[in-house]
This record gives sequence, structure tokens and C-alpha cells, in this order.
Amino acid sequence: MTKLNRFFYIFGLAASMSLAVNASAINLTGAGATFPYPIYAKWADTYKTQTGINLNYQSIGSGGGIKQIIAKTVDFGASDMPLKPEELEKNGLMQFPAVMGGVVPVINVPGIAAGQFKLDGKVLADIFLGKITKWNDPALMALNAGTKLPNETITVVHRSDGSGTTFIFTNYLSKVSPEWKSAVGEGTAVSWKAGTGGKGNEGVASYVQRIKNSIGYVEYAYALQNKMTYAQLKNHDGQFVKPDDTSFKAAAANADWDKAPGFYELLTNEPGKESWPITGATFILMHKTQDKPETAQEVLKFFDWAYSNGGKMAEAMDYVPMPEKVQQLVRAAWKAQLKDNKGKILWK
Amino acid sequence: MPTFLREVHMKRHNLLDIVFRNITRLSAFTVLVLLVAIMVSLIIGSLPSIKAFGFRFLTSAEWNPVTEEFGALVPIVGTLVTSAIALLISIPVSFGIALFLTELSPRWLRRPLGIAIELLAGIPSIIYGMWGLFVFAPLFAEYVQPWLIEKLGPLPIFGPLFQGIPMGIGVLTAGIILAVMVIPFIASVMRDVFEVVPTLLKESAYGLGATTWEVMWHIVLPYTKIGVAGGIMLGLGRALGETMAVTFVIGNAHELSASLLMPGNSISSALANEFNEAVGKLYTSALIELGLILFLITFIVLSLARYMLYMLTKREGSTT
Repeated sequence: MTKLNRFFYIFGLAASMSLAVNASAINLTGAGATFPYPIYAKWADTYKTQTGINLNYQSIGSGGGIKQIIAKTVDFGASDMPLKPEELEKNGLMQFPAVMGGVVPVINVPGIAAGQFKLDGKVLADIFLGKITKWNDPALMALNAGTKLPNETITVVHRSDGSGTTFIFTNYLSKVSPEWKSAVGEGTAVSWKAGTGGKGNEGVASYVQRIKNSIGYVEYAYALQNKMTYAQLKNHDGQFVKPDDTSFKAAAANADWDKAPGFYELLTNEPGKESWPITGATFILMHKTQDKPETAQEVLKFFDWAYSNGGKMAEAMDYVPMPEKVQQLVRAAWKAQLKDNKGKILWK
Repeated sequence: MPTFLREVHMKRHNLLDIVFRNITRLSAFTVLVLLVAIMVSLIIGSLPSIKAFGFRFLTSAEWNPVTEEFGALVPIVGTLVTSAIALLISIPVSFGIALFLTELSPRWLRRPLGIAIELLAGIPSIIYGMWGLFVFAPLFAEYVQPWLIEKLGPLPIFGPLFQGIPMGIGVLTAGIILAVMVIPFIASVMRDVFEVVPTLLKESAYGLGATTWEVMWHIVLPYTKIGVAGGIMLGLGRALGETMAVTFVIGNAHELSASLLMPGNSISSALANEFNEAVGKLYTSALIELGLILFLITFIVLSLARYMLYMLTKREGSTT
């Protein structure tokens, strides 16, 4: 064997070995929303030990997730704010809800315990509009007869970064307060009329914990883990409810998912006696026409697995799994909408 | 050595020299090229926003991502005010540190103190931010701000600067944290330049009966003027661009308020907060334009400082 031959022989061997490695290790990539990151990471970890398939999720924010999936640099994008049907159409995308959570108003008023304080949507909007500025405002006194409220100025805390949490929160306020809708509106970032901004859920949580007489809003998990004083909210049916999985599930169960085109469904202010009014799902975005059908199928298999087996893990981390009914709708949508570039259906 | 061999040797030497010269030149030009490239990409990125808002972008305090109305006044003011507060505090303190270290401190204390200051300069800015939010802000809100609001708030002219509620965070807090961050920079430069003042000059002044203060003010400071100004510029540069520490404590509100105790925003913290999740072309472009403005502010401030120094040295040349 000449030197050259041997070189090619070794080179070929190395190449075929690296090919073999590549074939066995499938890497799925996703990017987007920060809110579901802990549960996606947990699911991915468990899934890897069971199937050997590696899922790499980067929590770069919903805005970034949308940009990345449109640019096709990832296999799926994730966003806390669902895209409108016309936006999906324009970019050739489809979306489905993966998991749910709730947004909770949290307060720091000396002497008031968690779950003791009551709010309704209009009063909450007025506080965030800067119209109600004192804790002993007549409107707050009326909702909390019997609770002693201090004559102190309210410090409003909101998110300083763009966020799906803000979107769900402002979407709710827009639904219950016409004045909020015209003055501020809804979005991942809005023009706040009052208060100070904290970066991320943890930023808002730490501001509220440190500033006396403040009010803010965070994801339920943060309120729970930081042992914050959450407030009760009056829901669509006029009942005061506490934030917990029962009230989140009630909101999800009462939503009309099958009538929402492209799963554009926001779970705020849902009817139902037990429904928590500021509930929201977080979404996965995929291209309808897939250039890499095998990878897309693996992504679908992952979320199918997460729907069937990931519910317990989600609940343990204070998320709410999608109801069975919605899971079936999502699987049907996969079948109807996702194709490879020859028009072959990807999900059977 | 025969002549021809020496020539070969020389030639090789020359060749090495040329290669070396060109490598260093290339490195120097890379900096220029990078600077221009950053500038150009910032301008291209902010074109949509410049077209949409024009000059109004600099004067409007509106920042509304929902209606896509953007103005940079609040972050510009926040950046300038926090940096001004930082310099106001850090220049006298740094001067004191440097003076003590070079003139008054016992010899055995100089090294540990000097090292402590340099260590302070090496702490990552996020640590300052966390310290500011978790330690400084609550103490500030509890003990200092109520006093400021009560005693200074009712005063006529600069009273409005200290009105509001004691939250602990806000423009003043950000300025103070920035001051703590830039003190090591300014102080260590000042100490270094104070140390190079010839002993002969100082000893002569002392010999004529000058006090330590007089020696500092009339001999050391004039002698080291340029170095001191350089140190201050270094600190100012850091204060203008500081991101993480400011984001933690400034309050991140796009609101223009006369009071230093109220939350505000700075250019770099607005970018850190909003860039990730900015949806839509105009929003992103407005943020890039903010970056461009920060670039220009730094450039203008630094060139102004250079010009001032130039005028100072020129005047000196004509009077003596």
C-alpha cells in the first residue's frame, strides 16, 4: 500500500465514522420564549434519556424566536404571543399551544397576606394607568371591606423588557377597560403610564419585594417560588378567584379552541365560575412546508410525547398542561397543515 | 565577514523589518476599519427610524411600541444625568484617594490600599448592579431618601430634584452606583500621574513653607493636568456606556421627571432591556438609532474634552 493510498483509506474510514455518528444523533433546535424555558429544558432532558434525541432550546425571547423561525435558522420557534392568522399565512407558518401558565398581580403592602387582597379588572387597569394612586382609594376600599388599607402612594412595577407576560397582562386589561385599550393597548412592550420597570419576571419580583406599597405582575411560578403576596381577581362571571392550577385549567377548559383559526386563542377573561382571568398559553411555530421533513417529524414526535407524558412534569413546575381535547385538535392540525416540499403529509 | 554575506544578512533584516512594520500597520488599520464598519452598520440599521421620525426623534419623550411612536429624549437625558452625577461624586473622592495615597499615607498602607482600588476596578459590572439593587437601594430608601425628600424637597430652586416617594431605585441611585464604579478608574490614573511629579519640585515648594494642600493644588495638579483629565475621561467613557449596573437600579421607565429620585432610563439600559423582544422593523430600527446616538454622544464628549485640553495647554504656552 502506498503512502497516499493509506492516507485515503484512513481518511475514508474517519469520514464514514463521522457520518455514522451524525446519523444516530439527531439534533433538534428551537428558540424563543423565556417563560416556558424551564419546562422545555426538563422535557428535553427526559426525552433524551428515553430516545437519545437531543433537543437544544435557546430562550432568547419571543421576538427573537419569531425572527429565527422566519429566517429558518431553527427547527421550531416559540412565542408567548400567538401570531395572528394573517401573519401566519404571510410567513407560511403554523402554530400550536404547548403549555399554559397564569399571570398574577402581586403586591407588597405591610399587613396584607397572600390571597387576602381583592381586585377587579377595571381597578387593576386604573392602578396601572396611574389614576388610582393611593392604597386607601375608595375603589380599593369598596372591594376590600374589612381590610385595613394604608394611606400610602402605590408604586407600580411593570416589565422593562418586551415579554409575553406583558402581552397576556395588557391583553386582559384591554378586554376589561376601554380606557386602557385606547390609552395603552396591548403588546409585548407598551407605553406605560405609571411606575418603574424591572427586567424579567425576576426583576419585577425583586422590585415588588423591595419597594414598600408596590404592585406588579409576574408569572404564577415566580409568585409561588418567591412566596409573594398575590391578589384575588374578580373574573368574567363576577366571582373572586385565587390563582392556582384549578383556576387556570378552568380558564383553558372554557376556551373555544376549535373555533379559533390558527389556534389564535387568548385565555384572558374567559367565562366560567372558576376561571382565572389572566391565563395564557405559550406557542410553538413551525413552517408549513418543511425542507427537512425528517427533522420536522422528530419535532412533532417530541411535542406529541410531551403532551402524552409531560403533564406531570409541567404541573410539578407550576405550569398547566394542555387539556386532552386541545391536544387532539393540535394533532389534527399537524396532519392537516404540515407537509414536506412534495406535498406529503408529515404527521399520521 | 565577506561583503556579500553581510549584504544578505542586511537584506534579511530589512525584509523582517518590512514584514513587521506592515503587520503592526495592519493591526492599527483594523481598528479604523472596524470603527467605520460599526458606524456604517449603525447608520444603515437606523435608516427606517431616521426616515420615519427625523429630527423629532431627539426631542420627543414619547416611547410607544404599540403605536410605533419613538423618541429618544428620556434615555438621552438619563444617560447624561447619571454620568454627570457619577462624575460629580467620583472626581473629588478620587482626588482625595490619590492625594492620600501619594502624599499622606504611611508607606506600609500604600500597597494594600492601591491593590484594593485596582481590585474594585476589576469587579464585573453586574455585581455592582446586584449590590446596588439588593443592598444599596433598600438602605438608601430607608435612611437617605426620606431625609432628602423632607429636607431638600421643599427648597425653591433645586427642590423639585428631590421630590417623590422613597423607592430606592431611580436616576440618583444609578448615578451613585456609577460613581462607585468609576472611582477606581479615575483614582488609579490620578495616583499614577501624581507619582511621576519630580520630588525636586515638591520638595522645593515644601521648603518654601507650602502646606500639603498648596503643594497639591499649585504644583502637583498643574503638572499632571493632562493625565488627570485623561483619567476623568476614562471614567466618563465608562459611565456613559455602562449597561448592566444601570439597568438594575435606574428603574427603566420611559418617563421624563424633574426628580432624581424617580425612575428613568438610559440609552444602554433601554437597549439591554428591549432589543431581544423588539418586534417589527421600526422598533428595532429606533433601538439601533439609540445606539448610534450613544456612539455620537461619546464621540462628542470625548472630542470636547480633547479640545479643552488643547486650548488649556496652548494658553499656558502663551502666558509663560
